[in-house]
Amino acid sequence: MSDSRPTSSAPKISRRTLLRASGALALGASATGPWVRRAAAQAPPLRLGFQVHRTGIGAAYGRWYDRTTAAAVKLINEKGGIGGRPVEIIAEDDGTDPKRGAEVVEKFASQHKVDFIFGTLFSHVVIASAPRAGELKIPYLVVSEGYHVASGSLNRYVFQPGITDVRAQITAVGGWILKNLGKKVTLIFPDYAFGHDHRDFFSKVAAAQGGTVRALIPIPPTETSFTKYFPRVPADTEVLYHVMVGPGVLTFAREMGEHFGSKRPQIFGFIDSVEAVDIASPGLEFLEGTYFWEAFPRYATPNMPAHVRLYRDRVGINDSGASVTDPKDVSTASHMFGCWETLFVIKQAVEQSGYKKPGSDYKAFIETLEGLQSFPEGIEHPQGPKRFGGRIHQVFGQQVISKVEKRQLQVVHRTAIEDSMYEPEADYTKQPL
Amino acid sequence: MTKGSRTGVLALHVAALALLAGAQFLLPAFHHGMLARIMVLAAYAVGYNVLLGYTGLMSLGHAMFFAAGMYGTGLTIHHLGFGVGAGFVTGAVSGLAAAALVGLITLRTTGPAFLIVTLMLAQAFYLATLYFNTLTGGDQGFILTGLRVDLAGLRLPLTQPAVKYNVALAVFAACLLASLWITRSPVGRVLAAVRENEERTRLLGYDTARYRLLAILVSGLLSGVAGSAYTLLFSYVGSTFAGILYSIYPLLWTLLGGAGTVLGPLVGTLLMTYIVDIASDFTTGYLFVVGAALVVMILWAPAGIVGGIRARWVAWLP
Amino acid sequence: MSLGPHLLLALLEGTVGALTLALTALGLSLVFGVMRIVNVAHGEFFMLGAVVTWYVSTTTGSYLLALLAAPLIAGAGAVLADRLVLRRIGYDPESTIVATIGLLYILQQAVLTTYGPYARPVAPPIYFRVGFPWFGYSGYKLVVAGVAALLLATTWLALGRTRLGLYMRATQQDREIAQAFAVPVNRVYTVAFGVGSALAAVAGALVVPIQQAHYLMGLDALLLSFVVVILGGLGSLRGTLVAALLVGLSDGVVSVLFSPTLAKIVATLMVALVLAIRGRGLFGEAAA
Repeated sequence: MSDSRPTSSAPKISRRTLLRASGALALGASATGPWVRRAAAQAPPLRLGFQVHRTGIGAAYGRWYDRTTAAAVKLINEKGGIGGRPVEIIAEDDGTDPKRGAEVVEKFASQHKVDFIFGTLFSHVVIASAPRAGELKIPYLVVSEGYHVASGSLNRYVFQPGITDVRAQITAVGGWILKNLGKKVTLIFPDYAFGHDHRDFFSKVAAAQGGTVRALIPIPPTETSFTKYFPRVPADTEVLYHVMVGPGVLTFAREMGEHFGSKRPQIFGFIDSVEAVDIASPGLEFLEGTYFWEAFPRYATPNMPAHVRLYRDRVGINDSGASVTDPKDVSTASHMFGCWETLFVIKQAVEQSGYKKPGSDYKAFIETLEGLQSFPEGIEHPQGPKRFGGRIHQVFGQQVISKVEKRQLQVVHRTAIEDSMYEPEADYTKQPL
Repeated sequence: MTKGSRTGVLALHVAALALLAGAQFLLPAFHHGMLARIMVLAAYAVGYNVLLGYTGLMSLGHAMFFAAGMYGTGLTIHHLGFGVGAGFVTGAVSGLAAAALVGLITLRTTGPAFLIVTLMLAQAFYLATLYFNTLTGGDQGFILTGLRVDLAGLRLPLTQPAVKYNVALAVFAACLLASLWITRSPVGRVLAAVRENEERTRLLGYDTARYRLLAILVSGLLSGVAGSAYTLLFSYVGSTFAGILYSIYPLLWTLLGGAGTVLGPLVGTLLMTYIVDIASDFTTGYLFVVGAALVVMILWAPAGIVGGIRARWVAWLP
Repeated sequence: MSLGPHLLLALLEGTVGALTLALTALGLSLVFGVMRIVNVAHGEFFMLGAVVTWYVSTTTGSYLLALLAAPLIAGAGAVLADRLVLRRIGYDPESTIVATIGLLYILQQAVLTTYGPYARPVAPPIYFRVGFPWFGYSGYKLVVAGVAALLLATTWLALGRTRLGLYMRATQQDREIAQAFAVPVNRVYTVAFGVGSALAAVAGALVVPIQQAHYLMGLDALLLSFVVVILGGLGSLRGTLVAALLVGLSDGVVSVLFSPTLAKIVATLMVALVLAIRGRGLFGEAAA
């Protein structure tokens, strides 16, 4: 509640600051004598265009994407950069708007002349921006969680190597829900793309694994009060599956509690509903004992590997997943790691392909990236081990199921990567570049 | 009432178009792309201005016309395999049809009621694009690929910068010249009379309802054409463009540039796009700059930038 | 749950929603009615009320203090905007739209930079669960409905019984004649703008324990208020209230019968139809 924004992890990275920082690094490196083998002093920076939601409905995610990116870049530059070149981030706000998103892609490619573009979460921005990236022939690595990349509807320049997609998430947790919570499931979801994905993919899982979708309750986008929807939940529902997102979620959770009282079915939600929101907030008492999908546990776990501890320290989150400088500032832990991992994937692909500059070197970069099969768990991939589907440009990983206990999230299960895999429906490698 | 000589006015506007045409050879790549987008959106604002500036009817539902054009083109190309030309015509006709619907519903509606009726109709349209999401892709939308124009034996992909720019320019020029022609025609004079005082115009014997309907049709057609062009040139169709913000934008661009002037919408669209772009280069708090800029500009030129120029220096500007 | 209790729930929800909407719209009704301008930033004052409430209630622990601070701050900001900008452009309707859009951007950025992009909850000052036989209902919502009704009644009385109210009504009827009768029209405008924005902020303060405070929450408030003011008829407070009730209740009731998105489409078209048929709104004066 203090109104001073945390300055140590301040999102206001201007490219001047980073340029100065990498310049200082280079200067310092060259000043320490000839035994320092840092090529950073001579090598030109690798410029990455960061398409970020600074304003608009995605702004809360954007804040944390900013901080995680800054932390990852700092670590990468400390270790010598990418291929010996310091990384420079040029950030542009896309306003969580498809028109502006496409403009920003143009700006990165034509004006800033960056090497690669990455970032962005919201699907509609990704989908509107992807054609521009394809036309301008510049790799665009999104951190979006949408199924659109893997579905094949974008183009060969678009990748999602740092975060898993909703279809995989639902495939993985769907099976667990049916096995452990109940077979008769009622879905409450927002009546637009994100919600429809859940409706469609979960229905597939239910059909394949002996579950029943007892009822579907779509909620129109601008709804601010949900009380009237809960009576539609059939009385014999065993599991209530909810994916409400947006500013109204706290209302949703509270009104859910007001409706059901103590007689409630099992409840399973997705952490997207409460990213950047404290689980111990007033009004969320009702979530106690309910389950959530997480991609990366918000709360520190007792036997966390060292690289996860390091990741958390670098990004600046405490054991409750909130900012170390402002404990009321809760992170978007299950999404922001995607920026970190994407940057390290870029590093790997650049170094392995010998990429030097924009243009003809992209072919080698793309083909190398498509050839990667897995990423081991470690500081470069702190969320967990990954498998990469080169043909669908989409990465697969473990999914986490947590339970709210004593107003904190405790991990109860981690799915295997295989649990989340589905039949690929596309092959970008067949497209010409 | 005709301000300025016919040829003088035409010359000015043709010169403006020539300037835009020539700019493509001088502009660096980024601005080249930006200007293509601005021209299409300015065409939308020009369409909006026919109703606001020249007929005095403020609508908050033009996104419906723009999006009708967008979906008319996008859906037929994506689902029915239409070519670019056929898709474009369908888009234009869709915009016209939407305008006809709105026009008939609002035959006797003016002022604040018109504002809300158009707002509600556009909102219903937006919700419908979400409701029928299996067809429309909803808020996520969908992408069009492989769009190209076959002209004089050449296959010109619409995504190629030069093609994109000149198609955008052609669309904008058509809308601009159409609006210029209408406002300076006898029909335009009646519309202006309706704007000034509808009651009196009716007492003079004009069927004002018919003229207003005509204005709505033209306005909707031009907006639909812009929407269709947008999706053809930028390959994306989505509910965002049917939303309330895309009804507020042409209002803002037109008022800022100068409602009731033909070039105002272009100026307004240009200014707003570049203020946002430049301000965001300097600060993360760029909305502050944009807001302040709007306030300062409107204090200096309450009738819009071109309106202000007209008032102060160039009285014959249409 | 069978249809009866379903409808009861929809009615309760609708009434609470309608009364808070009426309160939000009341401010716009004053501004639009008296000054004949559209304040596009009206929703931002609503948002400001919610955000200020969050700040004050979390730093001081007193919701009541927040309820006082919110309208004061919003009102002050509005008066400033009026003096610096609106008066200078002579309250021209079209320039006001651009100016208030500018104000909207400024307010949004100010909140985004200081408060942040997050949606934060505020604990309700009073909380109890009303146990109906078929469902539980938030007692605070009923309190909000009551307070909103009280404020609406107070404003109505103030407009009808005080000199300021008389000035406002006179200015609304005919500005020139009011001026001829020595009504300080400019000052009335400033007060109308200030009070209108303050009322929006109060609505935001009341509503924030039910919703959350988020920097983009103003747009919906603006649009709904606008619809309600015009549907009710310009210059008619009674119309605003009735329209709010209609909009609030119909939305809830219709969605019991249809799928929610479809219900919203139907409700939206109904409003359009009413206004298309009766352009002056439910209780507006006939066009001069």
